[in-house]
Amino acid sequence: MEAVIFFIFAATALVGALGVVLAKNPVHSALFLIITLVSVAIFFVLRDAPLLAAVQVIVYAGAIVVLFLFVIMLLGVDRSETLSDPLPFQRPIAILLGVFVVVEIVLLAGRTWSTGARSVRGEIGSTENNVETVARSLFTDFLWPFEITAGLLVIAVVGGVVLARRSGQRPGVSNAGKAELEQEETTS
Amino acid sequence: MTGGASTAIVTITENYYLILAALLFGIGAVGLLVRRNVLVMFMCVELMLNGANLTFVTFADSLNDVGGQSVVFFTLVVAAAEVAIGLAIIVAIFRRRGGATADDLDLMKG
Repeated sequence: MEAVIFFIFAATALVGALGVVLAKNPVHSALFLIITLVSVAIFFVLRDAPLLAAVQVIVYAGAIVVLFLFVIMLLGVDRSETLSDPLPFQRPIAILLGVFVVVEIVLLAGRTWSTGARSVRGEIGSTENNVETVARSLFTDFLWPFEITAGLLVIAVVGGVVLARRSGQRPGVSNAGKAELEQEETTS
Repeated sequence: MTGGASTAIVTITENYYLILAALLFGIGAVGLLVRRNVLVMFMCVELMLNGANLTFVTFADSLNDVGGQSVVFFTLVVAAAEVAIGLAIIVAIFRRRGGATADDLDLMKG
């Protein structure tokens, strides 16, 4: 049963990933990305991580891809990009490097792994449910990274606001007012 | 890899997941290098992050250690912050230079 589910969603994940790369239209790329993200969420369920599967669907497919689509529609860049590459030698080298990376990782995955002392961050298969296990790990062993994450998110919010503002615009001054201000500054 | 699912009962070991994650990562890496649209390049970065996440979750399960799942949490947060900042940068570039492909960013051309 697990094999059937695995192969079906492995196929959809790879189709979605190839679609992201090959689709001419960025909107289609974003929709293919959703296919891959949901497939990976199903793999999370198969590997005993149901909380992460839910977070994957909510955060990735629900928030990040929607953000992508918002920006695509805001900028109107949904026309197909030009196929002419200013660096024509770059594309085959890129594909060659990608194949090299995949072969390397697959060869590494086929080997036996180094073993040693297991860490004691909590067992997944214990009696308590997955949410409690992850929460205990997050709020004990990973407490300091968790706090830093809060700082990172605050910085991201402030940075997003600063970057998305039109440059040189004072808060509370509309575009027309800004043009008048600039004219006054240049004339005086 | 696709055959054999219907003929015999295949036990899915962790290597299947690792190879799938490697393929996702590789496709994302190739797309990042090949595509010129900055938005699609960002989506390819998300693909690579998902490949890494799948590897983390696979090892968390096979080693029976929840630390891998916690790390995926932080990866999700970093991905969200990265997308927010990156898309704000793309919007700023688009306003200033009128295009959002990698070829528009040639200020440092010598």
